[in-house]
Amino acid sequence: MREFIKPAVFLLAMVPFVLLLVRALTNDLGPDPAQELSIETGEWTLRFLLATLALTPLRQLTGQPEFVRNRRMLGLFALFYATVHLLVWMTFILGFRWFAIVEEIVERPYITVGFTAFMIMVALGLTSPKAMVRKLGKNWKRLHRLVYVAAVLGVVHLLWILRTDVSEAVLYGSIVFVLLGYRFIQYLNKKRRAVA
Amino acid sequence: MLIKKPSDIKPSEITPESVYKNRRDFMFDGGKALLGAAAASTFPRIANAQDGDALRARAPAAMRRSPPAAWWTEKFQSIKPAPDSEPFFTGEALTPYEDVTIYNNFYEFGMDKSDPATRSGEFKTDPWSVEITGEVGKPGTYHLEDILKPHDLEERIYRLRCVEAWSMVIPWIGFPLADLINRFEPTSNAKFVEFETIVDAETMPGINSRFAIVRWPYREGLRMDEAMNPLTFMAVGLYGSYLPAQNGAPWRLVVPWKYGFKSIKSIVKINFRETQPDTTWEDLQPNEYGFYANVNPEVHHPRWRQDMERRLPQTLFSRRVIETRKFNGYGEHVAHMYEGMDLSRYY
Repeated sequence: MREFIKPAVFLLAMVPFVLLLVRALTNDLGPDPAQELSIETGEWTLRFLLATLALTPLRQLTGQPEFVRNRRMLGLFALFYATVHLLVWMTFILGFRWFAIVEEIVERPYITVGFTAFMIMVALGLTSPKAMVRKLGKNWKRLHRLVYVAAVLGVVHLLWILRTDVSEAVLYGSIVFVLLGYRFIQYLNKKRRAVA
Repeated sequence: MLIKKPSDIKPSEITPESVYKNRRDFMFDGGKALLGAAAASTFPRIANAQDGDALRARAPAAMRRSPPAAWWTEKFQSIKPAPDSEPFFTGEALTPYEDVTIYNNFYEFGMDKSDPATRSGEFKTDPWSVEITGEVGKPGTYHLEDILKPHDLEERIYRLRCVEAWSMVIPWIGFPLADLINRFEPTSNAKFVEFETIVDAETMPGINSRFAIVRWPYREGLRMDEAMNPLTFMAVGLYGSYLPAQNGAPWRLVVPWKYGFKSIKSIVKINFRETQPDTTWEDLQPNEYGFYANVNPEVHHPRWRQDMERRLPQTLFSRRVIETRKFNGYGEHVAHMYEGMDLSRYY
């Protein structure tokens, strides 16, 4: 039973991508597919990032180690959706004009923020194989705490592009707040125990 | 003597002629060239015109609106077709009717692009009265039928450039705003024209939305010379048919050299005034939206690059990201109005 969980999570995580691909190929994304694809892939990136962050607390609260066994995979899926998001933006919105892409990343704060989050995720993705975990030792954990920064930057990136309705950014922001707050409280408890 | 060239174009960025020509054919063909099945199905446009039908573009029969009232049928009996030269016409591929009528910003009906089409079923456009006030010789409240009576309708094919960096090409039906203004005889104090959109919470579900941060009614304005410019148009239809609610029924402004939000929809008030009116978006975010809002690739919006645009509809196979032109390509006819003005300040 247990050996099926991982493949099942993998297949499930592919579903949004496959659905988007089918809609794109059948011309079912409306007149402005760039907009639709950007919104969808951006949101799935955030969702996978938040899901990844939720696994450690879930393991601790339920005592089920299975949660953490899927953590690396969900993190890599966040990176996967972020990559598609970036590619959609580069091709459909900026028409692959390199000067424009660079200029946007440098000059437009919400894009700088989003791109920084992406670079963090790339670094975490590259150091995710077991060999890298062993090689980096103690530093691995330190490096991978940057995922908190990526999540916060992701929400800021979303908040910044919205024109009027901020409800979604508020929802994702609250989840990040709870997930990071949980860790902060744990950190305080640990410290208190150490002092006592 | 030094001849200045645009400094930001590197030789490596210049598209090879063959590619450029291909793209040009693809985007600017007048609908006669056969481009293969794929292109034809993406842009059915002019193919919709029927034999003996002088208009350049007609809504697909199945999608055509029924008239809001009987008098509209008569009004639409004779429409002067668009000429075949700029500025009242463009040979660029039309954005299909289906796309023009599903992808709209009209926050009174909701925030999603499809909300105006899907949530406007209750919206009534007849009877429709319009208040004409302020510095004008013939103020009053008029039935739209009486306002339209003396005006002959004509077809105009204009580019529409949204501040969100997408654009369409739309065949409008309507008449010049200048003709209307002349009829109502503004006084010499009239320096600006202000417009207001209807507010009807019962039929416009976006009005009472808890996310609505717009202070209704939606307001827009033009300087008098802009309003009198021959390009400035009052539209009562598109694709040879009556305006759907989502496109601003029963009548709306069309100012093709300005960002789309200036082209206010479903107008119930026209006010002639001496001072520059407050406009909705400028009121909300003055650092992002200005009163003039002329399409200008040199002045970037804080969030959207303005030197390129997505010409809709895009598909996975036709990205159609094109360069935005100053004044949306209408500079020859409008630039003179802004001579001496710093357009990066008056954006």
